[in-house]
Amino acid sequence: MEGLLGRKMGMTRIFTEKGEQLPVTVLEAGPCVVVQRKRRETDGYEAVQLGFAERKASRTNRPLGGHYKKAGVTPKGVLREFPVEAGEAVQAGDTVTAAIFEGISHVDVQAVTKGKGFQGVVKRHGFAGGPITHGGHSKRRPGSIGCRTWPARVHKNKRMPGHAGHVRVTQQNLQVVAVRPAENLLLVKGAVPGPVGGVVAIRKALKKANKSS
Amino acid sequence: MIQKIISQIDREQTRKEPLAPIAVGDTVKVHVTIREGDKERVQPFSGTVIAIRRGVGGGSFVVRRVSHGVAVEKIFPFQCPHVTKVEVESKARVRRAKLYFLRGRSGKQARLSRKE
Repeated sequence: MEGLLGRKMGMTRIFTEKGEQLPVTVLEAGPCVVVQRKRRETDGYEAVQLGFAERKASRTNRPLGGHYKKAGVTPKGVLREFPVEAGEAVQAGDTVTAAIFEGISHVDVQAVTKGKGFQGVVKRHGFAGGPITHGGHSKRRPGSIGCRTWPARVHKNKRMPGHAGHVRVTQQNLQVVAVRPAENLLLVKGAVPGPVGGVVAIRKALKKANKSS
Repeated sequence: MIQKIISQIDREQTRKEPLAPIAVGDTVKVHVTIREGDKERVQPFSGTVIAIRRGVGGGSFVVRRVSHGVAVEKIFPFQCPHVTKVEVESKARVRRAKLYFLRGRSGKQARLSRKE
């Protein structure tokens, strides 16, 4: 298993053995239920579809209800696929817990960031803005957005004001501080995108060699 | 529910018996465990408490001492497991919460008036 779904619980700090304070994000990691096992023969690739958090049966529409019924599990709030090896013995109905992260040194966490609404270029793209004093007339404006008669248009993807935040972001290589499968908790060093209570996808870090993976 | 889990983790980090109550201006001896290789020993650090910071996670306090003409300030979190004991050696009458003005003083000027 490469990862699972969870929820951001918030941040706190813990003391290390050296007596240093370590900022940690507490994540509720699972338990997730395998809703569907995708196989190369039938689906063209190997994956598991995990479900996390309960959803009322009365709030589940019939096509999706049938999907859960086929797996023999209760309706879930969130569904997401994770890749698995072809030989792995996981099937629909299995439970995945935070125990898969035991012995793992780093994880990647994927989540939707907090929405910031319609923002200017300074906040949204980190532009420097214009001079505040000395008669500055472009304090937080973008300045020039293009050339002249040629090309006579604004280039595509020119960074402009607009909706900022609420995008899916992956925070890579977060150090695992503690794994507590009994409480379904995972403590990682540093911050994780998104609001407290937001759904996150946690996977073993792609770019760090994890000893036991 | 979410807050409960966070405070549960905070509680695990909190020491069972609180340290001796200290106040700004106190001369204290802080016992800190230090690891040298695989040996642990306790090293005391004596000085004046020049600031106490409260806050989530228990807060911290700042101890200042001048040794061999060099001033050293150390910040100790109240909940740090390496701080094993704090002894109050004397108390002083101070009129402000943060004694940062001591940094600019030396010798006789850096004294605080004793409180019985």
